[in-house]
Amino acid sequence: MNGQEFFFTVDGRQVRAEPGQTIIAACDAAGIYIPRLCHHPDLKPAGHCKLCSCYIDGRRASACTMPAAPGMVVISDNEELNNDRRVVLNMLFVEGNHICATCEKSGDCELQALAYRLDIPSPSLPYQWQRYEIDASHPDVFIDRNTCVLCSRCIRASRDLDGKSVFGFAGRGLGMRLNIDAKAELDETTFSAIDKAAKICPVGCIVIKRTGYRTPVGLRRFDVTPIGSDIENKSGAKPK
Amino acid sequence: MSEPSTVSRARKLEIDPVTRVEGHGKVTIRLDEAGKVQEARFHVVEFRGFERFIQGKLYWEVPVIVQRLCGICPVSHHLAAAKAMDAIAGVDAVTPTADKLRRLMHYGQLLQSNALHIFHLASPDLLFGFGAPAEKRNIVSVLETFPEIGKWAIFIRKYGQEVIKATGGKKIHPTSAVPGGVTQNLCVESRDALRRDIEQILSWCLLALDKLKQIVAEREAEHKDFAYFESNYLSLVGANGVMDLYDGTLRAIDSAGGVIFDGVEPCLYREQLIEEVRPWSFMKFPHIRSLGRDQGWYRVGPLAQLNCAASIDTPIAEAERRLFMNIGAGRPVHATLAYHYARLICLVHSAEKIQQLLFDDDLQGDDLILSGQRRGSGVSCIEAPRGTLIHHYEVDERDQVTRANLIVSTTSNNEALNRAVASVATTYLSGQEITEGLLNHIEVAIRAYDPCLSCATHALGQMPLIVTLEDAAGEVVDRKVKQ
Ligand code: SF4
Ligand code: SF4
Ligand code: FES
Repeated sequence: MNGQEFFFTVDGRQVRAEPGQTIIAACDAAGIYIPRLCHHPDLKPAGHCKLCSCYIDGRRASACTMPAAPGMVVISDNEELNNDRRVVLNMLFVEGNHICATCEKSGDCELQALAYRLDIPSPSLPYQWQRYEIDASHPDVFIDRNTCVLCSRCIRASRDLDGKSVFGFAGRGLGMRLNIDAKAELDETTFSAIDKAAKICPVGCIVIKRTGYRTPVGLRRFDVTPIGSDIENKSGAKPK
Repeated sequence: MSEPSTVSRARKLEIDPVTRVEGHGKVTIRLDEAGKVQEARFHVVEFRGFERFIQGKLYWEVPVIVQRLCGICPVSHHLAAAKAMDAIAGVDAVTPTADKLRRLMHYGQLLQSNALHIFHLASPDLLFGFGAPAEKRNIVSVLETFPEIGKWAIFIRKYGQEVIKATGGKKIHPTSAVPGGVTQNLCVESRDALRRDIEQILSWCLLALDKLKQIVAEREAEHKDFAYFESNYLSLVGANGVMDLYDGTLRAIDSAGGVIFDGVEPCLYREQLIEEVRPWSFMKFPHIRSLGRDQGWYRVGPLAQLNCAASIDTPIAEAERRLFMNIGAGRPVHATLAYHYARLICLVHSAEKIQQLLFDDDLQGDDLILSGQRRGSGVSCIEAPRGTLIHHYEVDERDQVTRANLIVSTTSNNEALNRAVASVATTYLSGQEITEGLLNHIEVAIRAYDPCLSCATHALGQMPLIVTLEDAAGEVVDRKVKQ
């Protein structure tokens, strides 16, 4: 802390922040977990998924993009907001083809883990069964667009951390798809399995080949601890 | 053995079992002008959809995906696919730890699935008789009338599921077999917990076998003659013909016990087997190439496993095998109901195998996964609870499956199922009346081979059947729905 820190409240708790720090970053540091999908601490915020949407001084805004301000009053954990998060998650499940039972990301997937955390045992909306492309051209990484949640983490990681800009979005609305910066497929790009963008996808869309299912059931990331508990268990922070 | 499928269109008796496991099954019995049974056709909508469905999937996903095609023996598909994918990953032999872990999981699966088949599905028929009223022929009645047998049913099955969980992480759909090996070994705590109960489980399996032998002795004629016919048999066997339900080479014998082929590596199955497609069925008709379509059909499953094996390498099951083979007096045993007797011997063998493996320290090894030079295709074979299961995949340089061919045991038993139903109908159909007795006996015949078509509902004592009797002009003259 540089002496300019200030305080604001989140769900009635005092949270310390620095100028320029986003609400979500300050909450993470304070041990308060706000659900999120597109946010990643190593990336610039994008505000795509709206899961982190909170009441901020009485108005809805994304906690991942909104800077904290002195005296701000934030409400994150209430029934109305959590219900809206459930609707968003439900839509993500049925707009993609999420078959967790056979997905190699199961247990290590942020979308699935959020559904568990918010008590969604199974999607309640009808599946859209859209057709999506699989790109298995690359020797070490594959893209299964069936599970892409359009969070843009890969786009930001490739551009800002790897300096490559391999990915982008094409189309709009339901037709929006992850696009590759190449005429054809991933093997024509400079993409590599050691790129940050290869490991940052929250779901089973960009995955390293031949590593699937290697972690036994029960030992996968969210089998052991629910999503958000790493933040909530930080020393000094009180778990929810 | 003659081809049973000559068509005459006098009357058609249709039996339509609704199923939640393998899709929608249906039996059609055709009568000739004189009202006699002309032929039986057993239709199942089954796995060819899955073969298409996994095209384009990445090869390491397949062992997890394909097990969803069966609710009763998912582990068999999981392991068969993993074995085929070993070949794709360039691994000819997995490590001893991986091999034994998979075997342990497989015998756990055989234990639970055979127990389900014997106790939950077949035992009401065997204990109460085939003519017993529907409300009596279910596991609930068995539990009430024979609580001891009910206890065996529950605990043997549960133990098998515990073995699967200990080796694969989950009781129903494990994910631990991956191309080139397994992802986990058997922890000492699980091993010790399983060791504690295996003696008891084995003794209950033996008591169940004794009970069945007693039933067979009391109703000898029925067990000998019900849906009886002779056939060829196919099974995996290990070195020197020893029973090996996990790995080995293919052996086929004829109805007199003569060897048709032997020592055939699973990857060469196509040199010996042809899968014929018939327009009226989604199910293929595999047969032995050298014998042709009419003579080459064969049976798989516990009866075939025993008929094909020269010996069993666990002592109690071997002693029981010798007694069992006496029925054939030097020839194979052919009776349809002998499937249940053979199934119980396989159950005992599985319990003995589990016991052996639980005392093998290799299961705690850390050398779990190997890799090698990628190949374009992989074939595997395993003896699933219902019999020989073949998985064959081709994979492109992108790691995507381009072609899959599965020969499942129900498919191999297709012709036998047709014959069993035809035989029963010949004996029990009279006139144009669809009787309860006829339905019961058809259920019993199908269930000797395969419970999958009726299991989900029969467990509650009912197998929904829609029976339609049509006259020569195709008009419905009788229709019964059995709930
Ligand atoms: S990506 Fe996640 S939510 Fe989607 S199918 Fe896979 S495990 Fe389930
Ligand atoms: S591929 Fe993954 S990281 Fe990229 S947008 Fe889709 S879900 Fe997000
Ligand atoms: S995490 Fe804030 S909008 Fe996605």
